Amino acid sequence: MSTSKESGKMKSIVFEVLRYDPEKGGVPHLQEFTVPLHKGMTVLDGLHWIKEHEDPTLAWRSSCRMGICGSCGMFINGLPRLACTNQITQLHSDRVVIKPLPNYDIIRDLVPDFDRLFDRHRSVKPYLIRRDRIEQNSPTREYFQSAEELQNYIQFAYCIKCGLCLSACPTAATSDDYVGPQALTQGWRYLADTRDEGIEEHSEALYSKHGVYRCHFAGACSQVCPKGVDPAMAIQLAKQAAFLKSLGKCQDRPGAPVTPPIENWVSEKQVPKAPAPTVVRES
Amino acid sequence: MQHRYRNNLGLWGWLGGGRYGFDRYAYALHRLTGLGILAYFLMHIFVTGTRLNGPEAWESAMNFFDNPLFRVGEFLVYLAFLYHAVNGIRLVLVELGLLVGKPGLPSYPYSNSVIRHRPVLVGAMVITAVLVLFAGADFFFLTK
Repeated sequence: MSTSKESGKMKSIVFEVLRYDPEKGGVPHLQEFTVPLHKGMTVLDGLHWIKEHEDPTLAWRSSCRMGICGSCGMFINGLPRLACTNQITQLHSDRVVIKPLPNYDIIRDLVPDFDRLFDRHRSVKPYLIRRDRIEQNSPTREYFQSAEELQNYIQFAYCIKCGLCLSACPTAATSDDYVGPQALTQGWRYLADTRDEGIEEHSEALYSKHGVYRCHFAGACSQVCPKGVDPAMAIQLAKQAAFLKSLGKCQDRPGAPVTPPIENWVSEKQVPKAPAPTVVRES
Repeated sequence: MQHRYRNNLGLWGWLGGGRYGFDRYAYALHRLTGLGILAYFLMHIFVTGTRLNGPEAWESAMNFFDNPLFRVGEFLVYLAFLYHAVNGIRLVLVELGLLVGKPGLPSYPYSNSVIRHRPVLVGAMVITAVLVLFAGADFFFLTK
């Protein structure tokens, strides 16, 4: 490959990793490692190689290795990305420069402090709120929702809380109080859900002075989102809803009703018995 | 004692486009031109205020600004105004939830509202460029 250095028969690539020791404090510095490169190798694989062969003290956060858990967000070659879903060869560079996600405090090396993300996430009350608390806490049946109604929010429900959008946001870079694209998107996700009745609860943070109106569509959040959640669109839709409501064009909808009991439901007696277990547990 | 390192990008995160898309640069330029227009507006009030000190003071101020440097400066203010106005109309439409598409089930490779909206951004830039050409002709050739 033309973008990697030859090291004998094995191709290699230089990793520049930001190091920070919380016991010593001071200013973080870049440390170089030369990592053997193989086909299909991800940035996360490279970090594992460094930890196993060069420096066991290198710290980062990761778990699933398949872009689902959202743990391994890092600032890789100038953009916030997941280390596990980005192959080194696809970076098209002979150097991989890895820093912790910006706009979060650094705990150690590549480990960011996500308190900011999760505090903002909690502030929009990201869960279904029903007026009937008894039905909510002890549900009897599901709520009505059509496939069309599901389309209004399902995209925003794909968020894995990786924090890339908040680290890419230019408004978040200068304002600690900004609720941020992740939390605003989750606030809108519940406002757009017909089963939800907590319009006031979600709106409090969403439409605060640090809420949706601080966004001016720089688009970086949607560009870096690894799951196609598109926070920039959710925020604009939240603004649109507030505008239409101010014109009286949009009324607060009632929450979707609980489905009625289905008649002639198959009783327990009609359910066929489960087959005999193939593995017997020793007591 | 454990120390956290504050890693906010600050002003550079607000201003620097880095490796982000064209839209991020449009965002930064919109804010910069807004600040430029504000600076001009404050200067304009100050200069106009010299009229309160009599016609001589006013004439003196006008003579001071009657040189090519301020002529170019005035043109730059006009460029900033054109960009800020055209891009501002685009942003008003976006913030009303228009021209960003509708949500749906994301499927790989993911698209997003910013990509879908980009032709509108390019169109706004083309309109700005055409207006800049007319403004330049008017400033430097048609108006003496």
